[in-house]
Amino acid sequence: MITVNQLTKRYARNTAVDAISFEVQKGQIVGFLGPNGAGKTTTMRMLTCFMPPTSGTATVAGFDVLENPMEVKRRIGYLPETPPLYLEMRTAEYLEFVGQIKGLRGSELSKRVEYVLERCAVADVKDKVMGKLSKGYRQRVGLAQAIIHNPEVLILDEPTSGLDPKQINETRDLIKSLAGDHTIILSTHILPEVEQTCEQVVIIAKGKLVATDSVSNLQHRARGGGSVRVEVGSRNGTLSSAMVQERLGRVAGVTRVVVKETQSTSSVFEVEGQPDQLNRGDLARAVVESGWDLSELRTSAVSLEEVFLQLTGADEANPNLNLSAGAETKAAPSNGRQS
Amino acid sequence: MRNIWIICRKEIRSYFVSPVAYLLLALFAILFGYFYYSLVSSFVRYGMAMQMRGEMAPMNVNEDLLRPLLSNAGVIALFLLPMITMRLFAEEKRAGTIELMVTSPIRDFEIVLGKWLASVLLYAAMLFLPALNLIWLFKYGNPDWKPLAVGYLGLLLQAGGLLAIGAFISTLTRNQIVAGGATFGVALLLWVAGWASGGGYDDGIATQVFSYLSLVTHYESYAKGVFSLKDGVFYLSMIFLGLFLTTRSLESLRWRS
Repeated sequence: MITVNQLTKRYARNTAVDAISFEVQKGQIVGFLGPNGAGKTTTMRMLTCFMPPTSGTATVAGFDVLENPMEVKRRIGYLPETPPLYLEMRTAEYLEFVGQIKGLRGSELSKRVEYVLERCAVADVKDKVMGKLSKGYRQRVGLAQAIIHNPEVLILDEPTSGLDPKQINETRDLIKSLAGDHTIILSTHILPEVEQTCEQVVIIAKGKLVATDSVSNLQHRARGGGSVRVEVGSRNGTLSSAMVQERLGRVAGVTRVVVKETQSTSSVFEVEGQPDQLNRGDLARAVVESGWDLSELRTSAVSLEEVFLQLTGADEANPNLNLSAGAETKAAPSNGRQS
Repeated sequence: MRNIWIICRKEIRSYFVSPVAYLLLALFAILFGYFYYSLVSSFVRYGMAMQMRGEMAPMNVNEDLLRPLLSNAGVIALFLLPMITMRLFAEEKRAGTIELMVTSPIRDFEIVLGKWLASVLLYAAMLFLPALNLIWLFKYGNPDWKPLAVGYLGLLLQAGGLLAIGAFISTLTRNQIVAGGATFGVALLLWVAGWASGGGYDDGIATQVFSYLSLVTHYESYAKGVFSLKDGVFYLSMIFLGLFLTTRSLESLRWRS
């Protein structure tokens, strides 16, 4: 649905987007992730034909953004970072205007206006002047204007920025519910958002593509090997962490055992090993058979946050790092697990 | 073409939901009314003085009343037009709505034409509302309507040129005040450009160019009620140039921003 090939945007002094390539399949939600100033907005603006790329190509639904901007614009719904609202207009009046400039006419227009008012839960403010709307409502009206012409592709620039937690959840649910009919690209610097809403992630930092993969693959890849958190207790108060460490180290598949916390009656260990060989059952048996109490045993899920820090941090240390190799996660400086 | 009308309607609506349109209509009506009143009273006083002296000098409502009235109206317009155009693009740039406009499937010249047309229509409304005063001239006098119509056409042409230039200036900044101030400066410059001729004594090439650029010199024949093709072409090319620059500037926003 969207193909981006070596897309570059250069300004006089700096390169905002540097030879980014990725693809988005029809019906997917793709998270566009990166720190502030990474070039997310610039990339989106090139996709929406707001600005032309310096070099490289981007096609939306088979149409090139430079050669066929009109066709691209017809197929794209765009929500910029600040919703483009005419604050002196009333909600329904505004949506009608946007529908018109997107090419809707007559009964189709009024049907779509009714539909998006309902769909984005803004029907109750349709006669209000938009300057008086709360931030959450404005954001939803912004979404409503983006989908009014039923575009194949939706491009949302930080759709949840500046909202309160309740509004963020509402907006996310709304975006997820739109996914069936539209292909969605949303940019964000908030990681849980990507974990919760997106299937695919494109990570960029400093204008360069750092990684593009599915959310679960990315988490898996960043983990490198499996890692299990084990909390071991002892009732009589004589627990030597070194002993436990030694015992756990002998379990098949374990490569490393790290002591995370030591208290008088219990200790927490982080056990690393090959993901397909490390058996949690073996670990549990080892602890219990040695006469200790097993208080907790769980696979520590690596949050996308860590992945993100690793990827963007690694990028800083070594710009030529090729992530598809998948082995460099251990070299990452800001890896929380090794502390 | 539908798109031009859609943009135009939206612009007119936003003029009238803000106080701008009402302020301009009121200001122009008050100033025009004042000029009308003072010109009519001096015209009447002059007539009575003539009668008392027993002279019968030829007096003409068109020549002695409407002509200075329309010339004055043209000068007032110079001061008020920047207030019409300053928000056209500057506000959209500031509010970010320009992103919506240029990512919609409409062409840049349709946006520009729509906005310019809206500003011309607002100016036309400003012009024709206080023109109701003139009904009394037709009731108690016998002015010729044709030179009057030509005079109004000239005012619209002149304003059209200034509005196009104002629209262009408005694309250059996101600050309305700057846009308004710069437009006012340019309008003022174009007005006083004619003064360089020094009453016709100096006819060097620079002077000729300056006085050719003057809006006022081009309006003279229209004020007289004479339709002048040459001056019409001047105004039309000014409109064209202004709108062309506006469109190019709007396009360049994408390369620059």
